[in-house]
Amino acid sequence: MSTVDSVRNRLDTLPDVGLVIGFIASIWAVMLVLAIAVGGANWANLAAGFIGSVTVLMGGYAILALALNLQWGYTGLFNIGIAGFMAVGAYTTAVLTAPTDPAAGAVPGLGLPLWVGLIGGMVMAAIIGGLAALPALRLKADYLAIVTVAFSEIIRLVVNWNGLAEVSLFGVPFGTGGATGISFKSANEVASTFINGVGQPIVAAAEGVGVSGPNLANLTYGILLLLVVAASYWVLARITNSPFGRVLKAIREDETVTQSLGKDTRRFKIKTFMIGCALMGLAGVLFRGQAGYVSPQQFRPTITFYVFAALIIGGSGSNTGSIIGAATFSGLLFYLPARLGENVSLGGTRAPGNIIDAVAGLGSLDPLPLLAYTISNISTLRFVLIGVVLIYIIQNQPDGLLGHRNEPATSVSLDRPQSGSGGETDE
Amino acid sequence: MSEPDAAPRQETAVTSDAIESPLLEVDGLRKEFGGVVAVDGATFSVAEGSLTGLIGPNGAGKSTTFNCITGIHEPTGGRVTFDGQSITGLPPYTLANRGLVRTFQIARELSEMTVIENVMLAPGGQVGESVIRSVTPGLRGDVIEAETAVRDRAWETLEFFEINHLAHENAGNLSGGQRKLLEMARVLMTEPEMILLDEPLAGVNPTLEEKLLERIHELRREQGLTFLLVEHDMDVIMNNCEHIIVMHQGSVLAEGDAETIKSDERVLEAYLGGDV
Ligand SMILES: Nc1ncnc2c1ncn2[C@@H]1O[C@H](COP(=O)(O)OP(=O)(O)O)[C@@H](O)[C@H]1O
Ligand SMILES: [Mg+2]
Repeated sequence: MSTVDSVRNRLDTLPDVGLVIGFIASIWAVMLVLAIAVGGANWANLAAGFIGSVTVLMGGYAILALALNLQWGYTGLFNIGIAGFMAVGAYTTAVLTAPTDPAAGAVPGLGLPLWVGLIGGMVMAAIIGGLAALPALRLKADYLAIVTVAFSEIIRLVVNWNGLAEVSLFGVPFGTGGATGISFKSANEVASTFINGVGQPIVAAAEGVGVSGPNLANLTYGILLLLVVAASYWVLARITNSPFGRVLKAIREDETVTQSLGKDTRRFKIKTFMIGCALMGLAGVLFRGQAGYVSPQQFRPTITFYVFAALIIGGSGSNTGSIIGAATFSGLLFYLPARLGENVSLGGTRAPGNIIDAVAGLGSLDPLPLLAYTISNISTLRFVLIGVVLIYIIQNQPDGLLGHRNEPATSVSLDRPQSGSGGETDE
Repeated sequence: MSEPDAAPRQETAVTSDAIESPLLEVDGLRKEFGGVVAVDGATFSVAEGSLTGLIGPNGAGKSTTFNCITGIHEPTGGRVTFDGQSITGLPPYTLANRGLVRTFQIARELSEMTVIENVMLAPGGQVGESVIRSVTPGLRGDVIEAETAVRDRAWETLEFFEINHLAHENAGNLSGGQRKLLEMARVLMTEPEMILLDEPLAGVNPTLEEKLLERIHELRREQGLTFLLVEHDMDVIMNNCEHIIVMHQGSVLAEGDAETIKSDERVLEAYLGGDV
C-alpha cells in the first residue's frame, strides 16, 4: 500500500506534462546510471543505445496504451485484438510504401510516400476495427472481446498466408510477403536521414564522445516517437475532455441509462472503436515496423496482453496514467531487467544450473547462488515480475497509479460560474 | 409479432373513462419473459400536463410497462403512442430526443462520474458530442460556448434540487435519496415533455419527499410537463395525482380520480387479497 501511495501522492502534486516528462527523464537517468556502471570507456555509446531503445519502447507502448484507454478505459470496450489492428496498420503502410522495384526475392509494393502510407494504415485499421465492432456492438459487451480476438488471429493468419504473398491487381503487383514478411522504407530511415542531414553537427558531436551513428539514429527515432505520443495525447485529451468523452464515460458506467438520456450509444462506440484502432494501426507501423520490415511473428497476441498490463499499471481511464503506465511497464519491468541480466555479474559466483540448486544455497545461509541465478535468468523471470506487479496493483490499487484521478469529461471548467464574470477557461 | 390474443379484460371498465388530449396512449401492451406474462394487455392514456399515478401491488407489471414504453424492452404485443405518433419498439434514445424520458426504480447514477458530469451528460443535441468539433481548434469555439451554457444550466438544475454542494462529488458517493434527486435533475436537463417516474420517493426521507413533490408540481405549473408516477405510498398518490391507474397482474384493473379508486372494491381486493 504505502509505497504505491507515496508514489501516487508525489505524482498528484505535479502538473500532467511535468509529471510525464519527469517520469520519462527518471527512466533515462536509470539507463544512464546503468550504462556508466557497466560500460567502462564505452559508456556513452551504451547509454545512447539503452536510452534510444527504451524510448522507442516507451513511445510505442504509450501510443498503444492511450488507444486502449480510449476504448477500454473510457468506454469499456474490451478489445483483446490489439495485435491484429496493429498488423492491419503496419501491413497497409508497408504495402502502400514498399518500393515497386524491390530487391531480388522481396515483394513489391505501391511505392507511395511514407505519409500516404501512414494515413492509409490508420484508415485501414479504423475500417477493419469498425467492421469488427459493427456486429459485436449490437450484442452484449462480452461478444466484442470474442470477436476482436478472433479478428486478430484471422488477420495474422491472412498475412501469414502464402496466397497473398504476392498478388496482382489491375496489373499492379503487390503482396504481404506471407510468412517472410515485407520490407519498406521505414520511418527509422527517415529519422536517420534527418539526423545525418540537418543534425550533422549533433552527429559529429555524438561521434566525438563515442556514440555510434545507428545508436544516435535510434535515439532520434525514439524522440520522434515521443512527439507522436505528445500529438496523440493532445488529440485524445481533447476527445475525452469534451461532451463526446462524457458520453463515452457514461457508456462505460451504464449504457442503458446513457441511451435513456437520448444518446445513440452504438454510434459513439463504433466511432470510438475506430479511432482507437487507427491509433493502434499507427503504433503497429511506427513501433513494430520501426526497422522497415514487418512479418506475422511481430503481431502475436502477447503484445495485446502487454498493453493491458501497461494500462492497468498506469490507471485505466486516465490519459496521463496511460503514458506513465506504458513507461513503467516497458521501461522498468520489461527493458531494464533484461539489460540488468545481460550486464550485471556477481563477481566469482557462478549461476547455478537450476532453481533447486539456487535455493539450496539458502540452506547454508548463502543467498548468492539464488541472486546469481535470478540475474542470469532475468529475461524469463521478468514475466514473473510483471505478473507480481499486476497482482499487486489489482489487489491494492485497482485504479493503477493515476486512474483514481478524475479527469473531468468537459471542455470547460466545471466550477460554478461567478455572477458577472464569464471566467470560463479552456482546459 | 402477433397482436395479443387476450384482449384487455377490463375493457369496459377502463375505456369508459376516456381522456381528452392524451399525450401518451398505451394500447393492449403485452410483455412476456419466457413463460411469465409480466404485462398482459395493459391499456391506458395519460393526459397532457397531468400528474397521473400508476399503482398496483408488487409484480403488477408497472416497471415492465415503463420499460416497454421507453424502449428498454421490446413489447411482445400492443401499441404505444406518444404525441400522436406510434413509438412502439423505438429505442430509448429516440424517445428521449422526442421528449419522453424516465427514471429508474433503483437509481442508476453513473457512479464514477461526478454529479455535475452526470447532469451535463443529459442535454440533447450537444455540438461537442461530435468528435471532429471537439478536437479541431477552429470548430471548438462553438463547443466551448455550448459547454458553458450547459454547465450554467447544470448548476441551476443542481440548485433547484438542492444538491449543488455535491457537484464535484462522484455520484457513487451519494445517499439513496440524493441519487433519486440526481436522476430527476438529469432527466430534466434533457428538456423533456413527459417524465415517467418509477418510485422516485422510495428511500427518500419525508422532508426530501415533500421537496420532490413540490418540485414536480412546480415543473407542471411552470413548464407544463406531464408526469406518470409509480409510487407505492397510497397517500402520496391519492393526495397528488388527479388521475390514477391501477394495475394488477399485468393489466389495468381500474382508473379514475382518487375518490373513484378508493371506493373501488376490486382495487381493495387486489391489494388485500393477494392472489385473486
Ligand atoms: N427481466 C425480466 N425477466 C423475467 N421476468 C421479469 C423481468 N422483469 C420483470 N419480470 C417479472 O414481471 C413481473 C412484473 O414485474 P415488474 O414490472 O417489475 O412489477 P412492478 O414494477 O409492478 O412491481 C414480475 O413477475 C417480475 O418477476
Ligand atoms: Mg417496479
